Amino acid sequence: MNARAEAFTRCGSAITTNALTKTFHGHTVLQPTHLEIASGEILVLLGPSGCGKTTLLRLIAGLEQPDGPNMIRFDGEDVSALPIEKRNVGMVFQSYALFPNMTVAENVGYGLKVKGIRRKQRESETKRLLALVGLEDYADRRITTVSGGQRQRTALARALAIKPRVLLLDEPLAALDAVLRERLRVEIGLLLREFGITAVYVTHDQAEAMAIGDRIAVMQRGRIEQIGAPKAIYHRPANDFVADFVGTMNRLEGRVSDGILAVDAEHTQARLRVGGGDRSAVVCFRPEVARLTAGPGAIRARVIATTFFGATQRLVAEVAPGRQLQLDLASSLHFAPGQIVAFDADPQAIIEFEKDA
Amino acid sequence: MGLRWTTLAGFAITALIALFLVVPVLLSVYAGLSVNYARGISAGFTLDWVRQVWSLYSDTVWRSLIVALMTLALTLLIGVPGAYALVRRGGRFARIVEELVTLPVAIPGLALALALILAYGGFGAFRQSTLFVVVGHVLFTLPFMMRAVIAILETIDWRTLDEGAASLGSPAWLRFFDVILPNVRPGIVAGALTVVTLSIGEFNLTWMLHTPMTKTLPVGLADAYASMRLEVASAYTLVFLIMVIPLLIGLQLAADLTEKRTKS
Repeated sequence: MNARAEAFTRCGSAITTNALTKTFHGHTVLQPTHLEIASGEILVLLGPSGCGKTTLLRLIAGLEQPDGPNMIRFDGEDVSALPIEKRNVGMVFQSYALFPNMTVAENVGYGLKVKGIRRKQRESETKRLLALVGLEDYADRRITTVSGGQRQRTALARALAIKPRVLLLDEPLAALDAVLRERLRVEIGLLLREFGITAVYVTHDQAEAMAIGDRIAVMQRGRIEQIGAPKAIYHRPANDFVADFVGTMNRLEGRVSDGILAVDAEHTQARLRVGGGDRSAVVCFRPEVARLTAGPGAIRARVIATTFFGATQRLVAEVAPGRQLQLDLASSLHFAPGQIVAFDADPQAIIEFEKDA
Repeated sequence: MGLRWTTLAGFAITALIALFLVVPVLLSVYAGLSVNYARGISAGFTLDWVRQVWSLYSDTVWRSLIVALMTLALTLLIGVPGAYALVRRGGRFARIVEELVTLPVAIPGLALALALILAYGGFGAFRQSTLFVVVGHVLFTLPFMMRAVIAILETIDWRTLDEGAASLGSPAWLRFFDVILPNVRPGIVAGALTVVTLSIGEFNLTWMLHTPMTKTLPVGLADAYASMRLEVASAYTLVFLIMVIPLLIGLQLAADLTEKRTKS
């Protein structure tokens, strides 16, 4: 793997955005955004549709013009005014944007042809890239005759062929079925690291973001809510929105006294050890940190449903009508709907937000 | 049995309609080959009329072909980039332009020709050249080329194709040739077929625009009907058919061929 990687020059630029803003018809779709993406880093832009992640990617690509000058820099060089064809960025589109009038190899070699690279060199370069993505046997096939996964890899090879300064990927796996998506997610992550190229990767799928990103920027309503390593985002979300978006999060509201949170639950006792002084609090915990307990100071909830996941099962239980929690417990245990379960959560893994955060 | 009855009836009706349409053509061919149409088969057959037509009117045949090819060239040059520009531009302005371009189809050819003569009749050399007829034909056929190309553009994701090529460093003009043109080829082929067919058969506009030196085939045909014996005019129809039918088949074959190449 290393030997293969050596064959390519490391070509990742650092990307800096400085109060990068985009307004469409008086509507600000990207609030002033400051970003520092290190050379060779993979940054994932994660968020629901309409959060501005694709706009941010297209601005970095040069497919959209920012509101002002001097907002985007590659290795310190201002590229804000350059159109995409002069920015030397590799782009992988959601719909792949492959050319139906060309073969797989012609697609991959197109950028080299445009650069005026001679046929011999172009062909050997194309061959090498096709081998890298495992498509050497499909070189002469028409794009319309290869599968979705193969198209996706063709698109990736085509973007890498021009030795771009940065690689930009816009939901590259969204058009594939779930099994393929999961496999390619791992493959792409490995490939990007192998290339050591700076990459910005847009997705709405948190599992994909976790698997691929060195860092993740979670976006909502045109702004970055939190940026950090996947583990930090998952375990220490900055707010409710991030917490909910990167996984399932249970939420309890109540008063803390003597380090115990008391929840106003109707017919069950709900107490959780959270520590700290007296206050009103919103505490959150992920389903997998729940653990059954027999002792006092537990949350008691009524089981509504269970879903079998293999090693674990997910319980949906309510502390009061309409106030549900989700718990991941070992699947060897048996629960019946209507049964009361007593559990608590690892205090280390409990996250507390300010009320109305 | 009910199905069979309706099928038979369907066949019969189709055959009758086909006959109704084909018989006049066959009669015309027959008249063009008969020595004397009024006396019928007993008078015998001859190629004299065809020869006479060829010696009198062969220039109109060539002129029609040249006009059709020049019209095709101009509609390709204006229509294809024009259609792409309109689709790219989008919005109300593009709609208005599209309607304006289509307008000459709705206006009677005679009115259109009159307008052209009023505007450019004073430019003697231009007025008397074949080019004047070509301009009329381009006005009339351009919307057919543009519509065919626009229809295909609306079915392909041209914007993403264009952005994809741009991301690989391709400048705008090269993107047009490398990824837009090859992928709208079916529309161009369909448009080209329509343009050539319309141009060769066009009479209305051409009749007003032509001078004695710039007669096209259909205008010559009208001449022959008006001033010669029936057999000569019919022989003229025969010449027209001999010219048009292979041309259309050839164009269709060429179209099929390019389509197969894009699909395989």
